[in-house]
Amino acid sequence: MNSILPWVVLLAPLVSAAVITLFTQRWKAVSSFISIAAVLVSFACSCLIFTQSGIAAAEFAWIDIGGAFKVPLGFTLDQLSMTMLVLVSGVGTTIHIYSLGYMRDDEGKSRYFAALSLFMFAMLGIVLANNFVMLFIFWELVGFTSYVLIGHWFYRDAAADAGNKAFITTRIGDFGFMIGILMVWMATGSVVFAEIAPRMPSLASHPAFVTIAALLIFCGAVGKSAQFPLHVWLPDAMEGPTPISALIHAATMVAAGVYMLVRVAFVIQASQTALLVVALIGTITAVMAALIATQQNDIKRILAYSTLSQLGYMMMAVGLASNDAAMFHLFTHAFFKALLFLGAGSIIVMLHHEQNIWKMGGLSRKLPVTFVTFTVGALALIGCPPFSGFFSKDAILALAYERNLPIFIVGLFTAFLTAFYVVRLLVIVFFGDTRSEGARQSKESPLVMTGPLIVLAILATLGGFGFFARNFLALPMEKGVDLFVPALAFGALIVGSGLAIAIYRNRTNEPIDVEVLRHKFYFDEFYAWLINWTQELLARVAAFFDRWVIDTAAVEGSSRGTWGIGALLRLVQVGNLQAYVFLFGLGVVAVIYFAVFRS
Amino acid sequence: MITLGDYLIVSGILFAIGFAGVMLRRNLIIILMSLELMLNAANLSLVAFSRFRVGPTGLPDYNAQVFVFFIITVAAAEVAVGLAVLVALYRARKTTDVNDISNLRF
Repeated sequence: MNSILPWVVLLAPLVSAAVITLFTQRWKAVSSFISIAAVLVSFACSCLIFTQSGIAAAEFAWIDIGGAFKVPLGFTLDQLSMTMLVLVSGVGTTIHIYSLGYMRDDEGKSRYFAALSLFMFAMLGIVLANNFVMLFIFWELVGFTSYVLIGHWFYRDAAADAGNKAFITTRIGDFGFMIGILMVWMATGSVVFAEIAPRMPSLASHPAFVTIAALLIFCGAVGKSAQFPLHVWLPDAMEGPTPISALIHAATMVAAGVYMLVRVAFVIQASQTALLVVALIGTITAVMAALIATQQNDIKRILAYSTLSQLGYMMMAVGLASNDAAMFHLFTHAFFKALLFLGAGSIIVMLHHEQNIWKMGGLSRKLPVTFVTFTVGALALIGCPPFSGFFSKDAILALAYERNLPIFIVGLFTAFLTAFYVVRLLVIVFFGDTRSEGARQSKESPLVMTGPLIVLAILATLGGFGFFARNFLALPMEKGVDLFVPALAFGALIVGSGLAIAIYRNRTNEPIDVEVLRHKFYFDEFYAWLINWTQELLARVAAFFDRWVIDTAAVEGSSRGTWGIGALLRLVQVGNLQAYVFLFGLGVVAVIYFAVFRS
Repeated sequence: MITLGDYLIVSGILFAIGFAGVMLRRNLIIILMSLELMLNAANLSLVAFSRFRVGPTGLPDYNAQVFVFFIITVAAAEVAVGLAVLVALYRARKTTDVNDISNLRF
């Protein structure tokens, strides 16, 4: 029985997706309940697995080519994956329920819930996979479902484009990931994590190879976790429905990159250079996204950039060789970021799909439950004690302080920026005067939407405390950190929040205008230019080849050549019998000459 | 004593006459006749070769003579076809002059 539980966790959402797609497309309510039932089954089984120890899942051989290449279908069940299971299925459950309210009147509700179930299947597959091949397959499946769900409202050009952008951008990273996997397989002869780990030390004599393999695997995480320089897709992905932003683009899928790096930490940590690169990329992403977030006006985009920034923190922790700190922040971030997105979704729905924060204002009186829960999420995000974000962010900052001072300083600056833009968001959205008709007429969301908010708010509050989190994770911070780092972080928080309140209180429009931040450091423009340029170059080369080599030389050349030879040979056909005979006679004489006299 | 060389000279003269006829005459019937002359020049040389190639048994090599019979037979058939074409051509064109039959020129 126990060996079947992990399979149930994994396959329940797949069954739901199949049933919805094949049978219940027409009955939207049935579809949504099938999907929710499936995720509940997954969640319940995850909890069962979590409470029991020593579960070994049934394993099958899938591909076996003479022992040279072996891929089993098996699961990893350790503390890490069990925690992620509970987290993914738990957050997934709240978001499924929330979707009932958010997508109530949507035309494509069945499609939405089928894709959501498929996503759960893929994400749980990533968590459970015990080898690189399975991991990669589920990894791509997650990318595909993300594409489907971002483009859920595909009739809007922006949504369809955002789906394409997300898929293509992450594919760039995945290409590196695949090469990295092949390199690891080439070096160790195995794709199973448990078999690769003990073989890694034998590669120590080839540091360059290990570094390149580790960085290529990191490429996959860069794409999926939207790290610099492949971060451009995540803000655009906010075109999708808000529950999707909460589930895929905040809590789970984007965290899959961090989870994957922790899962294969034995590869990354085999190379100091790779670790440093990971840490630097994380730091750059954290501070860059925080800077951009200070100038955005779309509530979901601000949250998207804060997600980027927090993922940067996690990468920083991975790069500083502390899996525990990274997973701790992933864990708390999943709760408070899902909470923030769902809160934002509640606001957006109640304001009839208004996302511009300058059109909101004064919502604390209109949407009290949303306001309180959103504030809890925001406080956790900026790392205000005693909310969960405080503990996890502190763990990372303390780690950075210990191991790499420049990264610590940038991290602290990012914490300041985080406080600044989050408080800015709070002040503009919830306080001051209502600035639009929609905001004036809004009222609180139904229970099916506020319920998940409350649950997540409780988790976001408690998630950081040792008595709660220790059940799931080995906490990194319990080795007597001095008060210096938390005090500095708290100082940055106070300064950032105070500055934001001072600047944005009672404002009706943006008082500061920093063009380079508003344009997101011109990344999109730069990529557009780069692609345009390379495409133009390729197109010109292809056009030259087509026009001159294929058209002129091959096609026209052969036709004109045939015509020319024909014209030459036509001259021989004089139409005079005697001339032919004369030539024939000459030929005979020539044959005799060569046959008799020259042989 | 007539040697092989004499036969071959006669054969060569016959062939040259035939070739000159084909080259110089404009009447198709004459050209056809000249062609026959060239064929028979070849036959003559073949028979001569046969006669002068005597094996150890004292008999000539008859292969070439059998060959000549074949050529005569096939030539008869060929003349029949050639004349038929010629008659058809004459009916269509009312001429047997090759200068007037040059339709296949470009």
